[in-house]
Amino acid sequence: MTRLTSLLSAGHEGLPAAGQERDRLFASDLNLDQIVNAVAGDRDERELITALLYQRVRDIGTLEYRHEVFRDLEDDGLLEAVHRFAGQMRQVRAHLGQLTRMQSGHQRQGWFLDAAAIYCDAVRCLAEDLAAASIASRALVAFGDYLAAYAASADFAGLASDTARLKGDLAQIMYQVRIKGPRVEVSRYDGEPDYSAEIQKTFERFQQGAVKDYRVQYRGWPGMNHVGAQILDLVARLFPAEFSALDDYCRLHAEFMDPAIRQFDREIQFYLAYLDYIRPLRSAGLSFCYPELSGDSKEIFATDAFDLALAAKLAGSGKALVTNEFRLSDPERVIVVSGPNQGGKTTFARMFGQLHHLAGTGCPVPGSNARLFMCDQVFTHFEREEDIADLTGKLEDDLLRIQQALLAATPASIVIMNEIFTSTTLRDARFLGEKVLAKVIELDLLCVYVTFIDELSSLGPTVVSMASTIIPEDPAERTYKIVRKPADGLAYALAIAEKHGVTYSQLRGRLSS
Amino acid sequence: MKAHLLYADADFDLTAELAPHSDDLIRDLELDTMLAAMAAGDSFLLDISRRVLLTSLTDLSTVRYRQEILADCIAEPDIIRQMYGIAVGALKDRRGVWGFWASASPASILSGAINQLEVLIVRLRELRQIADDRGGKFRAPGLTAFFGSLQRELDDEYFSTLSRHLRQLRFRNGELLSGELGADNSAINYVLRAGGSRRSWKERVGIEPRSSYSFSIPPRDEAGSQALQDMTSRALNLVANAAAQSADHVSSYFTMLRAELGFYVSCLNLRDRLMAGGQPVTFPVPTPWTRWELTCEDLRDTSLALHIDGVAGNDVDAGGKSLIIITGANSGGKSTFLRSVGLAQLMMQCGMFVTARSLRASVCQQLFTHFIREEDAAMVSGRLDEELSRMSTIAERISPHCVVLFNESFAATNEREGSEIGRQVVRALLESGVRVFFVTHQFDFADSFHRQHRDSTLFLRAPRQPDGRRTFRLTVAEPLPTSYGEDIYHRIGGWLGETSALW
Repeated sequence: MTRLTSLLSAGHEGLPAAGQERDRLFASDLNLDQIVNAVAGDRDERELITALLYQRVRDIGTLEYRHEVFRDLEDDGLLEAVHRFAGQMRQVRAHLGQLTRMQSGHQRQGWFLDAAAIYCDAVRCLAEDLAAASIASRALVAFGDYLAAYAASADFAGLASDTARLKGDLAQIMYQVRIKGPRVEVSRYDGEPDYSAEIQKTFERFQQGAVKDYRVQYRGWPGMNHVGAQILDLVARLFPAEFSALDDYCRLHAEFMDPAIRQFDREIQFYLAYLDYIRPLRSAGLSFCYPELSGDSKEIFATDAFDLALAAKLAGSGKALVTNEFRLSDPERVIVVSGPNQGGKTTFARMFGQLHHLAGTGCPVPGSNARLFMCDQVFTHFEREEDIADLTGKLEDDLLRIQQALLAATPASIVIMNEIFTSTTLRDARFLGEKVLAKVIELDLLCVYVTFIDELSSLGPTVVSMASTIIPEDPAERTYKIVRKPADGLAYALAIAEKHGVTYSQLRGRLSS
Repeated sequence: MKAHLLYADADFDLTAELAPHSDDLIRDLELDTMLAAMAAGDSFLLDISRRVLLTSLTDLSTVRYRQEILADCIAEPDIIRQMYGIAVGALKDRRGVWGFWASASPASILSGAINQLEVLIVRLRELRQIADDRGGKFRAPGLTAFFGSLQRELDDEYFSTLSRHLRQLRFRNGELLSGELGADNSAINYVLRAGGSRRSWKERVGIEPRSSYSFSIPPRDEAGSQALQDMTSRALNLVANAAAQSADHVSSYFTMLRAELGFYVSCLNLRDRLMAGGQPVTFPVPTPWTRWELTCEDLRDTSLALHIDGVAGNDVDAGGKSLIIITGANSGGKSTFLRSVGLAQLMMQCGMFVTARSLRASVCQQLFTHFIREEDAAMVSGRLDEELSRMSTIAERISPHCVVLFNESFAATNEREGSEIGRQVVRALLESGVRVFFVTHQFDFADSFHRQHRDSTLFLRAPRQPDGRRTFRLTVAEPLPTSYGEDIYHRIGGWLGETSALW
């Protein structure tokens, strides 16, 4: 009973390929690395998850195949069931991994029995839950059918009942040991009272709140020493029926885990990890959607979109996140973003890049609705604050990097530039910016260009001007909304107070919350 | 059993993080000088005084609870210092015996714990003795409850129970423990058992099936005897933990006692210093924060009074005023007044006396300071940036019923902008129910509030005497369009002169 269908792709397209370690600078500029690290976390399958999240697939079939699975898992009940299953399988793997390191036979058998007990429970629950859920994805329908047949098989029923009976019997056992000098006496427990409790009670009146824990932490496993094993042997003699049953069990069920179930367990981690990551954001009211994807049209849009890494960061803080939208119709290709500082320009640029990258992984993207371009590469250039020591050297490095990116870009690439040339003179910055944009336009690239230079926003019909906005009555208030409008170079008298959030209205807001 | 000398129904939290703005308070109010006088060279007293002083009370009943205890302490300083000595001695004795530390074996933890309990119990007996002999001299509810609990909880019967357990914990007959099978069949849930069971006679004569098996570790099996020792250790693990925690409990009782008495001993130290310098000392009258109060006679800056003779005090009536703007001559005592208000507020809200002939003030939720920092001029980020960032930090923590003391804030830019920022900040704070004291030389700022003629604003001015000397006493007066930088300029010798301390 092996099943070759993958949860990740109908064919072999889009499975993580080896040796794909490309330049991931774009990932750190876009804070995608934060997203990937947080999604993959310390899961057993973090390598698979990381590979899948960094690897854009330019195949609509595969992306839709994954969308189907994600859509099925939108059902909270099903998602929870799969989660529970994955957690149990993690325990089973951990248990079995310990077996070879154990020397006592009785102990190894106990460990093995425990692993099987968890496995049985995991399989039974998942089979029931999948049968009850309404599933539409090709991947999960196929797996559900397989699992139902497996759970109903006589082999599995035998395994489950043997396991449960034996676990119960062993847990009842209680014994006592008297140690005096080198002599050890093992017997059945006869009800003597707990002495440490008596001591605690005597000194109770001095209780001063939390105290240090002086219990020495002992590892009882893996493996146990020969004295422990001798005692366990004597316990086995005091309780002969239970232990001979255990012997028989281990012989009979040596290979209990099914390989197809194991594969499911691995691949589903990709979906669970991503959904875990976005769950708190959804409950905070943010939307995610399955974007419409195109490999040739550059008429793109997204509504209610946001920077996923920022949203994750804010999720715990209770601060509201502002969503944004963009829409490009032919011949528009370039979005020039300007406006006051701290107004959300960088966040907007990151959001644009993240959306396109994530769309290529088959994951739902931030936003209520989107049509996105299946790009081949994402090039980013973000101002780096730390290296201001050598300005001339830095400008040269910047230009070289931009040159390399523009040389490597194809018409299917995306370029995102954020506040570059800020450390040069205004004249230089304008000149260089115009040169960069002229090349971008010539290459017909999709591009976001964040700048403080107003003039760059009016370089022709392919360029769209967007700006961070303010509330006219209260210029200190930030909206974090980036909207289509002409650039205006207003200076803000209280800009610095505003930056620290200590203008009248900001303070009122902060003090009333 | 609790000392409860700082709160009627709770311990003082010795490990609580002080509010993040405490460092600013220490620096801006020059608390170190006063704390040094309280500590009188004892670093422990320094720490406890700092903690109590910076953990302001907001409920009036606890302030009075401490004031009453402190009044008793002032009446019977010797008994208080003697009890403090017992607490210090207990902790010192404990360090003197072979103790225990986490990560040692349970057997050695157990024996160390027994050693410590033995010496601590001697000190408990001493405390009981003082309670028996001198407890009747005290009237404050906090102190009578304290002596009562010593007599009730530490009766003779209890001392004899303690001795019995200390003997039994040596385990002369070996250890008995029970165990169960864990998930992997290894032993779990070891519990040390009190008694010793023996095989029944039926079993011994072979009528019942055998219910025990035994083996011995051969003398040369080092790993085996190590393993057995390990088991014994596990058996003792919980009881050693219980004994060690008990030793910790008893010594943390002494730790708490030392800390709580330590605060009062520190107050006695400070009072001695102030009295010796002829300073006025009085218990303040705290009022609820429902109405802003501050009425004082001869209020002095305690830290300054400790190292300068003849410090001038101020008489102020700021009842009902939520904004107090202090203007006037430089070095005219504006900052001193601001500090005296801040110190008095902190001292009152920890139950202490204040340095004044009389003081009546409303308690506040928290006290904040925002003082200009001269040395910040060199900072790369820019002074205004730094000032505003400190303001922002305050905004993060402030709430209604707080008090903020501003000293020449937002002066790191031109007057127009600085005034505008100041106005916005102050307006927002006032509207949010915060009380503001603002020392400023920015006329535009001060005057804009003056022109509003609000009853809730009070203007104080540091005057200048006709001969150019300062009186250091503030008067109620509106802001004037100029400051007095010029004469300071001359006094310090112009741009070529050496700057010197302004006091």
